Amino acid sequence: MVLKVFFPSCCSSAESGILVGRWISNQSSAVILAVVHFPFIPVQVKQYLNEVQRVTKVSVSVLGSWSNSKQEKEESLSEFLEDLGTIFSHEPWIQISKERDSKCWSCSTLQKHSNNPKEEEVILVYYDQRKVMLSHLHPPLGTAASTEHRPDDATQLAAIFDTVAKSKILFMTDRYDDGPIKLTHWQSDGVEASIIVELMKQASVPACMLLTFLLSLISGICRSRVLKFWPLSFLWSKLSTCEQLGHRLQHLQLISSRKKAQNQTQLMRKANIFVSLLLDVALGILLMSWLYRKNRIGHLADTLIPVADHVAEELQDLLQWLMGAPAGLKMNRALDQVLGRFFLYHIHLWISYIHLMSPFIEMILWYVGLSACLGLTVALCILSDIIALLTFHIYCFYVYGARLYCLKIYGLSSLWRLFRGKKWNVLRQRVDSCSYDLDQLFIGTLLFTILLFLLPTTALYYLVFTLLRLLVVIVQGLIHLLVDLMNSMPLYSLLLRLCRSYRLAAGVKFRVLEQQDGKPLRLLMQINPLSYGSVVQTYRLPTYSCYPKDSWTSLCKKLFLGELVYPWKHKGEKQD
Amino acid sequence: EERRYRSASGAAIALQCRQHSASCRELAVRCPRLQLRSLSAVTSAVWLAAYGLYAVSENSMVLSAAIFIMLIGLIIYLHFVKVDQESLLVIGSLGIQVTSSYASGKESTTFIEMGQVKDVVINEAIHMQKVIYYLCILLQDPRDPQGVSEVVPLFQSSKPRLDCLIEVYKSCQEILERRKTAPQSS
Repeated sequence: MVLKVFFPSCCSSAESGILVGRWISNQSSAVILAVVHFPFIPVQVKQYLNEVQRVTKVSVSVLGSWSNSKQEKEESLSEFLEDLGTIFSHEPWIQISKERDSKCWSCSTLQKHSNNPKEEEVILVYYDQRKVMLSHLHPPLGTAASTEHRPDDATQLAAIFDTVAKSKILFMTDRYDDGPIKLTHWQSDGVEASIIVELMKQASVPACMLLTFLLSLISGICRSRVLKFWPLSFLWSKLSTCEQLGHRLQHLQLISSRKKAQNQTQLMRKANIFVSLLLDVALGILLMSWLYRKNRIGHLADTLIPVADHVAEELQDLLQWLMGAPAGLKMNRALDQVLGRFFLYHIHLWISYIHLMSPFIEMILWYVGLSACLGLTVALCILSDIIALLTFHIYCFYVYGARLYCLKIYGLSSLWRLFRGKKWNVLRQRVDSCSYDLDQLFIGTLLFTILLFLLPTTALYYLVFTLLRLLVVIVQGLIHLLVDLMNSMPLYSLLLRLCRSYRLAAGVKFRVLEQQDGKPLRLLMQINPLSYGSVVQTYRLPTYSCYPKDSWTSLCKKLFLGELVYPWKHKGEKQD
Repeated sequence: EERRYRSASGAAIALQCRQHSASCRELAVRCPRLQLRSLSAVTSAVWLAAYGLYAVSENSMVLSAAIFIMLIGLIIYLHFVKVDQESLLVIGSLGIQVTSSYASGKESTTFIEMGQVKDVVINEAIHMQKVIYYLCILLQDPRDPQGVSEVVPLFQSSKPRLDCLIEVYKSCQEILERRKTAPQSS
């Protein structure tokens, strides 16, 4: 098989020495992690490598020799390097040498116990050590859920990324250390660290503790028995603001928990939640400052009552139109008047209640507007709840109309079965034939005729109020869609993909470098970053809302039969 | 070495083979360039329509909107749609790399490891009203040694004809054969 040597590009200019890394025998590839320079004592090198192997669980060993000769090739040096092969016995012993005047390196292998004596081909692949170490290789999306993945048959690339990532401790010693071993790797010029990151790490511990304490207080209050009594608990479950606040509370608890993130996914999730919260609160404070500047919230409160009045007036006009001859259809006058007057009285009651509340509206709105500092999503949820409260009478009308229509449809279908001499068998859940008496048939036919001729009127009222209700539902749905988008967008991952695209790797790409006859093939391995769509799909945050499970046909069927529709249900709510 | 062939729709394409080493080959198919006459035809059609709208509505925003739309459309077309060259880099015992370079210089690359590649074959497909040949890579199903988990079609924008595909197929198979004959080291 072809021998593949993965060489870090930072070691290209290193002094001569021996190569240290991992040998993956089933793929015949050698991943070089560092170069150990002369002078060294072989026993100490072996001890050091055993230490590293114990800590990182990566089988690091001496793989070969590296000679970077600035002068002409020295015979004694090459013999010395071959002799090293006998001290550190490794099969095959790789010898890479770089001459001063040529870009192409020569690489040869020494096999002592091999069956076929012919020279096997060598491919030299350069890789950027720092980028490969920091990068996380994502499996293709379809195969992500294979939990019984044995570490032995990890794919070749995954093995390489894994090796470099786990060998962090090897990269901690730099050339200014006074140890017995002198290494060259990407950090050998000095370990880098950032003061800001260190300061934040120190500051985050007390901040997390404070946050945990506050959150435990808040969740203790929320869970107290006082708030669980029936009217209040019903109210909390209906208001979307409470859902959103609970969701954000959960997020805060996740961020401020003491446990460290176990793996990459959890770390990214924590980071995404943190950035999303930060942006949310920032936008919320911006909105708040815009609302409270020039007392815009006062103006808003002032226009709220006239808007409610206007909506009520429009509804009254609509009902007057229905009570007349709407769209040229002829209604049953008596039923029309009854229904129309009933709804008009309902609107009158609603308007009276609104006017009763009008002196307090401004104050309530002012305090409610303050809660926009908790986040833009909370402000949007409050808006959606205000719309729901203001259009409550439309919801009531829809329910009345739907129930009436539903009753009528069921009555009609049952009496239609009577017409044909059949009956619904509740025990067997099917239609059976039945012989009726003459008076039963007479009354049944009478009722059927009455219901049938009153059907257009009820149907029209039902249609009008259903359309209005659907309009309100669509507006609320759009707001919730926006809130959902803001909740689930993985902003930190997108920023990472934009600025440090090598951290999220979908794969690698190879580029063929200059070739020379007789010298091994040289390739440059670069990281192929994940596409934005896959980033969003992999790192999406889970949200609490679920999209309507009803397909279009079942929705239409429900509307036709007059059953009540609840298009946007939240997860965890009991189904009606 | 560059040879001329024709694509499935009759356009002129060129195939270039380079052998970097005994186990590494690069095969690149170059697609026909963007024609000046089609570009000018589309531009003049859009501008005539915009001018007609302007004559009807007397709103000069229509003209600036048309120019804007043309520019944005051209940039989107060059960056996301128009493929300049599609190449295949086969490295024995490492993998196969498929690259598409767009007219704006963007390159989109996919690398498939040799362990996942089952075979490279020429398949037939029904495309619109024609039956065309295309080259594809069959990926191994990890659970089933005889099964194929995915089919990756190659050269989708240039769609070379059978003679060109046979050349590419022969080159690939020479390298792929070696991995079967090479002794597996335990």
